[in-house]
Amino acid sequence: MLRGEQGRAVQEALQLQLAVGRFFGAKRFVPVSNVHMMGDIEVMGDSGKSFLERAANLGAKCVRPTTTNARCIDFAYLDRLQQSRVEAGKEKELIACLRRMDVITADTCINYQTLYQPHLGEHVAWGDTGTVIYANSVYGARSNFEAGPAALAAGLTGRVPEYGFHLDEHRRGTFQVNLKADLHDLADWGAVGKIVGSGHQDYYAVPVFCGIKRTPTADELKQLGASLASYGSMGMFHMVGVTPEAPTLKAAFGGRKPKEVMTVSNRDLEAVYAGYDTKNNPLNLVVFSGPQQSLFEMKTLATLLKGRKVAKGSQLFITTSNGVKSAARELGYLKTIEDAGAIVLEGVCFYILQNLPQMRVREGWSNLVTNSAKLANIIGAHKFNTILRRTAECIDIACSGKDVR
Amino acid sequence: MSTARPIKTIRVKRAFGAVVEGEALVSTEGFSPRYDLDRWSGLISRPGHALEGHNIKGRILITPSAKGGIAAGWAFYDIQHKGIAPKAFVFGVTNPVMVQGAVFAGITITEGWSMSPYEHIRTGDIVRVDPQKKTLTLIRRGSPAASAPRG
Repeated sequence: MLRGEQGRAVQEALQLQLAVGRFFGAKRFVPVSNVHMMGDIEVMGDSGKSFLERAANLGAKCVRPTTTNARCIDFAYLDRLQQSRVEAGKEKELIACLRRMDVITADTCINYQTLYQPHLGEHVAWGDTGTVIYANSVYGARSNFEAGPAALAAGLTGRVPEYGFHLDEHRRGTFQVNLKADLHDLADWGAVGKIVGSGHQDYYAVPVFCGIKRTPTADELKQLGASLASYGSMGMFHMVGVTPEAPTLKAAFGGRKPKEVMTVSNRDLEAVYAGYDTKNNPLNLVVFSGPQQSLFEMKTLATLLKGRKVAKGSQLFITTSNGVKSAARELGYLKTIEDAGAIVLEGVCFYILQNLPQMRVREGWSNLVTNSAKLANIIGAHKFNTILRRTAECIDIACSGKDVR
Repeated sequence: MSTARPIKTIRVKRAFGAVVEGEALVSTEGFSPRYDLDRWSGLISRPGHALEGHNIKGRILITPSAKGGIAAGWAFYDIQHKGIAPKAFVFGVTNPVMVQGAVFAGITITEGWSMSPYEHIRTGDIVRVDPQKKTLTLIRRGSPAASAPRG
């Protein structure tokens, strides 16, 4: 590969991987069975697009199943959201280019729920931090955060340098979190991620949760993981009795002592919710996104919205994958949700929507209400004031325009 | 390259890239090219960031930690092509996305330091990053005025 007998694109991909591996002191490569990459025009810009077009023209083809993360445009809503036709044209070219390289443009950040579930010890190369922390923690698979160019390189070479979470030594717990809080709503799990992640901004910090009162659902672990990765830049957690590498507290720490023991109580959760302020601006935007909604979440939203209407002057956005939206349509959830006046976008994430800053100004949005702690964290870059609320509260706010607290 | 005698050398733990020398931009706060940066001008734009109003273009950015997610990987390549990239990133702790992004863009990057640079290096000082020797060296003091924000 390095000599170029498999083409220049593969040669350059391996050179990139070698340099990254050297940086982290990797001793060898490990084969990966699945790749997930972020690649859309909002995120990569014109230079990234040119890079991909050059790779495609060099005949680059992925040698492992490679899927794409959420993107920035749902073409069916281009006009309604007044997004740029020029950028949409580039996005279409980009998608065509990725397909030429055998990339499966599935456009979802919940691949771990809808597309591929790696097994214990399986090496993968995934992008989107939420997917990585889920793979490592819940499935016991092994992945580092793989940025777009790095994930594509893994797709082309079928391997990654062995460092970080591919190695046992980085997978052991580093600190303990006693969960005393009653965690009823998805937002509560995200709030835990905020509390734990904010105080430990370290890729190699691995929290071990214990004291969990019941078996969490996949959607709950999704919200927790996405939030930990967002606030703490973390790539892995354990939950004793729940996740595969934590049958016991001792096993989760692998013989090490916790550097710290912390507790999360109901009072801590309430402090998180109380920490958001509407700043006397209207509550006219509610968003369920980041990560995309699963079919179960869509069902919950349909139940909560049945027979209700989004308040005049307010907007409710929901993002999901093409597969989930299709199933929700079949099952009637979509009709209930859309009849209430919500907009359901597929294949995108709200926070990377093309033209979002312009949309914010045009629509007079200042506050953004969501049940996703991750979204509440990252969308600040677009100058939104975010407010985390529980799922049913978000729907009440969408239908009334008023905070329920 | 300056021939001035180095007055302080800090060892870094991991490093990639070419030897670079330039003006330090020292942050006590972590950095994300997605959350903190205006990717068209190079200005740190997030309200309240420790370096708000400073421009990273051509600087050696010294920052304690990496923030943000996967999207940062394309962002470094993007700012490199727009001509607004820093000469080097000097991180206390970082994550793979920053390293992959910097390597992909051909920007010098280091992680870890043998002593805190905050007591020794100020914004505006001229420093050298040598990835082969794994050193961050203070070459000469900048003027106090250099530490004020400027676009």
